[in-house]
Amino acid sequence: MTKIIFITHENQKHTVDVQNGLTVMEGAVQNDVPGIDADCGGGMACATCHIYVNEEWLDKLPLKEDGEEDMLDMAFEPKKNSRLSCQITISDDLDGLTVNIPSKQT
Amino acid sequence: MNKTDALIIGAGPTGLFTAHQLKLIGLNCEVIDNLDKIGGQCIELYPDKPIYDIPAIPECTGEELTKNLINQLKPFDIKFHLNERVDEVKKEGDNWIVKTSYDKIFSTPNVIIAGGVGSFEPRKFSVKECEKFENKSIFYSIRDKKIFEKKIVTIFGGGDSALDWAVELSNNSNVNLVHRRDDFRGAQATVDRVHELVKNGKINLYTKFQISSIKGEDHLESVEIKSEDKELKTLKTDYLLGFFGLIMQLGPIANWGLNIDKKTIEVDTEKFQTNHKGIYAVGDICTYPGKLKLILSGFHEGALAARACFKLARPNEKYRFEFTTSSKTLKDRLGVKSD
Repeated sequence: MTKIIFITHENQKHTVDVQNGLTVMEGAVQNDVPGIDADCGGGMACATCHIYVNEEWLDKLPLKEDGEEDMLDMAFEPKKNSRLSCQITISDDLDGLTVNIPSKQT
Repeated sequence: MNKTDALIIGAGPTGLFTAHQLKLIGLNCEVIDNLDKIGGQCIELYPDKPIYDIPAIPECTGEELTKNLINQLKPFDIKFHLNERVDEVKKEGDNWIVKTSYDKIFSTPNVIIAGGVGSFEPRKFSVKECEKFENKSIFYSIRDKKIFEKKIVTIFGGGDSALDWAVELSNNSNVNLVHRRDDFRGAQATVDRVHELVKNGKINLYTKFQISSIKGEDHLESVEIKSEDKELKTLKTDYLLGFFGLIMQLGPIANWGLNIDKKTIEVDTEKFQTNHKGIYAVGDICTYPGKLKLILSGFHEGALAARACFKLARPNEKYRFEFTTSSKTLKDRLGVKSD
């Protein structure tokens, strides 16, 4: 199990333990973390599992595929540290990963 | 008033195959979809992306899958109502009365919701004040391009819609194009054309900028854009166009009194019926213990819901299970010769 910390727009902290191999999106949905819609279920087809990754973690994550950057064009208020949480697979290296959830997904 | 044995909401793969199953067992059906074309998410979200888990089809794109499903419906006469959203569903005697956004009315004992993750709506600007000018000087789709003639139009987005309109409108309007990064995801030929027009001064391009605020009391005057490094620019503009793709919203379905759990509708696994008799949900929009959001699951769910429809549409007849390989009745419906 790997610890992932979600911080909501209202500054509420949700710390959840997620099985390695799942994605950050799945970790949020399975643990009822509010603010991650994930309409398409992880298909990189909707941009509603958009998160902001804490700066210190950004370069520790697997790089974005082209398709992810394309989808982020459609996200609500994308920033430099935007990612789709369905594209980040959890491993031991990500223990303590901290991400912020945007105010809205759409 | 359109009378039919079953009304399918959603023309994605699940809706299409459900229509096939209904016609095969001898029921009429009509199909409604909010989009302007058949295919649902497969066509709208991933027409070119290959799918690898349709049984007996090792690989096919969303577009190919849709084409094949439409082909499979060829023997049947099915009416499609595109560009229509279902707004209202209410009970009248044994039937459901269904009303669409353009006031079409249907009467049917069976409503099958195959709505994917809801209906597609354009993504809007994140700036709240934009609502005030929506459909006046702020648009998310274009119906009449003449209104932009000789005006300043600021287009946001980096996909084909944004680029195509930037190219098109640059003929007769003063065009600003704003995108959040340097790369565009539109077709390469269009991207090249845009860069050419930028070079010739026909399009003013602002990349790595996003909308920050708008100004204007009675009419839109200007838009302020902000870069990643917090640099601000004010662009005088008459119109704003936003092309950020589509989002999926459950929409009016949420108000039909169905049991809803996280944007999905609870059903049983015998008939795929909701908490209302005669209203079913199949495909991505339904949920039950063990639900998988796969196209193949949608096919199974639609096949079973179709059999359940038979009981309500033909209360005095008995449904008999038959195989297409051997049944003369089914072959007749399919328009193929029996041996």
